[in-house]
Amino acid sequence: MPTPVIELTNVSRKFISAQGQVTLALREMSLIVNEGDFCAIVGPTGCGKSTTLGMITGLSPPSTGSVKVFGKPVTGIDPNIGFVFQADAVFPWKSVIDNISIGPIYRGKDSKTAKEMAAEWVRRVGLSGFENHYPHQLSGGMRKRVALAQTFINEPKILLMDEPFAALDVQTRALMQEELLGLWSEKKASVVFVTHDIEEAIALADRVVVLTKGPGSVKSSYEIPLARPRDVSQARYSDEFVHLSKQIWFDLKGEVQI
Amino acid sequence: MNTTTATTANTPASEEELAAIAKAVNRQRLVIFLRVALAIFTLTSWELAVRYELIDPFFFSQPSAIYEQLYVWLTEGTAQGPLWRELLVTMEETVLGFLIGSLLGIFCGIALGRNKLAGDVFSIYIKVANAIPRVVLGSIFIIMFGLGMGSKVALAVVMVFFVVFGNAFQGVREADRNLIANAYILGASKRQVTFTVVFPSALSWILASLHVSFGFALVGAVVGEFLGARHGIGLLISTAQGSFNAAGVFASMVVLAVVALAAEYSLTALEDKLLKWRPAQFVEHGM
Ligand SMILES: Nc1ncnc2c1ncn2[C@@H]1O[C@H](COP(=O)(O)OP(=O)(O)OP(=O)(O)O)[C@@H](O)[C@H]1O
Ligand SMILES: [Mg+2]
Repeated sequence: MPTPVIELTNVSRKFISAQGQVTLALREMSLIVNEGDFCAIVGPTGCGKSTTLGMITGLSPPSTGSVKVFGKPVTGIDPNIGFVFQADAVFPWKSVIDNISIGPIYRGKDSKTAKEMAAEWVRRVGLSGFENHYPHQLSGGMRKRVALAQTFINEPKILLMDEPFAALDVQTRALMQEELLGLWSEKKASVVFVTHDIEEAIALADRVVVLTKGPGSVKSSYEIPLARPRDVSQARYSDEFVHLSKQIWFDLKGEVQI
Repeated sequence: MNTTTATTANTPASEEELAAIAKAVNRQRLVIFLRVALAIFTLTSWELAVRYELIDPFFFSQPSAIYEQLYVWLTEGTAQGPLWRELLVTMEETVLGFLIGSLLGIFCGIALGRNKLAGDVFSIYIKVANAIPRVVLGSIFIIMFGLGMGSKVALAVVMVFFVVFGNAFQGVREADRNLIANAYILGASKRQVTFTVVFPSALSWILASLHVSFGFALVGAVVGEFLGARHGIGLLISTAQGSFNAAGVFASMVVLAVVALAAEYSLTALEDKLLKWRPAQFVEHGM
């Protein structure tokens, strides 16, 4: 029996603006992610994908329904969760190496150890030679890689990623995808991966969840039976892949039709 | 010119690059030339206007008289003592007021800005405090602290505090929510977020306010002296005013202007050092 690490049960989320305007971002959403699972979420823009991740981190509690992580209701920020933000969230006043080493420092490591750990991650995300650059001196894709390293260095048990590779070029994206899969299989983290890219979702995930248009809820969910370990760049040419991709496209198209 | 040699040392600069560098250098020179020319033009027209009796030197003085007044002050000293001592008194009041006021302002601004409710409650009063003319308090401080240095420092503190406080407060409020959320998720405590995220984000706001507030500190000190003192540039101005000596007033202004300019330069240098992570506002073409 797999143990669930993330359980969302009938979760709704309303945003109420200062003027009293109410936006319903999620409606009666239910989702279970099991330990070690790689779950991808796709859905039309504005359907509440980022909102869902925000609730799992504990940054923004649900309006109704329950969110449980490791079997316990979410009350604050769990140190076992890593979150790669959709927007740029690296610290502009810190150099690359300082940005990456900040997590261990926050968690009580001395700065020398943290720097050593960070140096290793600088290499893994391919930023050697840019250690002392500030974020504004990097390209958008490089900044994203800093954000990834910043999150990975904490070795989270649950990894939430909000369109992490959207800003990367095809080659770097493929590299980072491989790196992510390697990391995931090595550490057995549970991953929730939000993306716009259906092929990316299928290539990476064990399960792809399709959300309805906003206010979102789960429309359908697909198990991805492709064998592991996967070669991300090759997987997309198999018949199984193409078939799944068509199916999910069809589901999504139904949601974005105006 | 150093730039040119440095560039050629690394990579042989192309014709266009050299041309671009030359253009930038020339522009720099043009700006400096025009600045000097403008100053000379203004001073000459002022002097000539007085000589040809277009304006009355009794009210407007004239550059040569101001120069003479400065010369006398520098060589023979003022009626109150040597000029440098008067200036030192004013500077001491200004710098003390500036330091106390800005440190208090930064501390209170960040503390209040981090507390949502307190922030909402106080924000209106900050606006009010910024709008009322705080120099008026100078009279009260003279009554409270007497003619010595205390009353001037107090006025400078009040002048500086609200500006820095307002900016620090605003800077904290404007700190990027995403960055704060990211820090919490990476494992930061509230304290760590304050020091490693909120303070650095507010820093550019705070430094911007320091530019203005040094001037305010100077105003506070001088007005304080003006209202009643035994030493200082403000007293010099008020004495000159009492004897209808317009040149004395202008000469004091020149002294203050030099001080303000020097402070401005040091603050800009400090800002450049602390905010080196910021993208350049504009890139000099070809540099
Ligand atoms: N802080 C907020 N205040 C008010 N409304 C919000 C807020 N955050 C999100 N919303 C609303 O909630 C809905 C879902 O937003 P969310 O960011 O979760 O979408 P998303 O699925 O991540 O979209 P995208 O794919 O474009 O990133 C949107 O209609 C948005 O306007
Ligand atoms: Mg989103």
